Amino acid sequence: MPGAQPGYLALPELASVPWRQPTDARWLRRWGRIWHAWTLLYTVPFIAAAAGMMWLEPLAAPVALAALAHAWIIPELYAFRGASVVRPKARGAQPGEEVAQGLLGDLLGHAERDLQRDTGLALERGSLGVWLVGQGGALLVTPGRGRVHCFCVAATDDELPPSDRIAHLLLALREDEEGFATVANHAFAGAAWRVRRRLPGVMRPGLDAARRAAE
Amino acid sequence: MASLIRMDRTGHTTLAEWSAEDDAAFEVAVREFADQQALGYIGTVPDGPGKATHVRELPRDANMVILRRPIAGG
Repeated sequence: MPGAQPGYLALPELASVPWRQPTDARWLRRWGRIWHAWTLLYTVPFIAAAAGMMWLEPLAAPVALAALAHAWIIPELYAFRGASVVRPKARGAQPGEEVAQGLLGDLLGHAERDLQRDTGLALERGSLGVWLVGQGGALLVTPGRGRVHCFCVAATDDELPPSDRIAHLLLALREDEEGFATVANHAFAGAAWRVRRRLPGVMRPGLDAARRAAE
Repeated sequence: MASLIRMDRTGHTTLAEWSAEDDAAFEVAVREFADQQALGYIGTVPDGPGKATHVRELPRDANMVILRRPIAGG
């Protein structure tokens, strides 16, 4: 635990969620498996029902197709919910955004700054994986299989310009990565391709970059 | 010159500046830092790429201290 290091100060926001287990690599692996099992649990019965109906009565094909549609749509809805954590919360010109963008740019490296301006997502390498930080949430691409965990988390000030919202999350993440993930609400875990399909087009290169960085 | 910056609706506001040799300016910055903490702001020192440190007292030797609002799960 980083808390054992001298001088280390854990994320102060952890005090507001004392009941939560620390979100570490083991926790992420476990929840990744749970989400995977959950996805199978609600898709396989629909697929089996569709196959069974076709086997028993081919005239039931429309109903079987509806069952297959359910097997496809339900995971897509979950992925949509996951991808939505990084959808822009504020649109149009925001007071202070130009100034906030300058500060955020100072916090990022050259490549990450360009990526953030193009996609709206700040890429940050951590010990748990590669993060993509948006205005009201973050995606974490874990190493290896490239599963994406979606976290809903935001600064507690609705009047901040968009780039300041990202800077808030970025600084908190840099202070204490596990603490950041613990404070955030875990919204979804699943295959990167599934989340990518539900991201706004402009953000997809951000996820592609994070997947490459996580390999 | 070190600076104490608050992220707010204007983008950011520089609340105080000090140098290691200027005790008076540092004292002003310390008071400002404490006032902002009382309002719920959290002090953070960016330590370069990928690192930042949460501070409860204003470090005299920091180049920049950023005050941010708490975050919460949505």
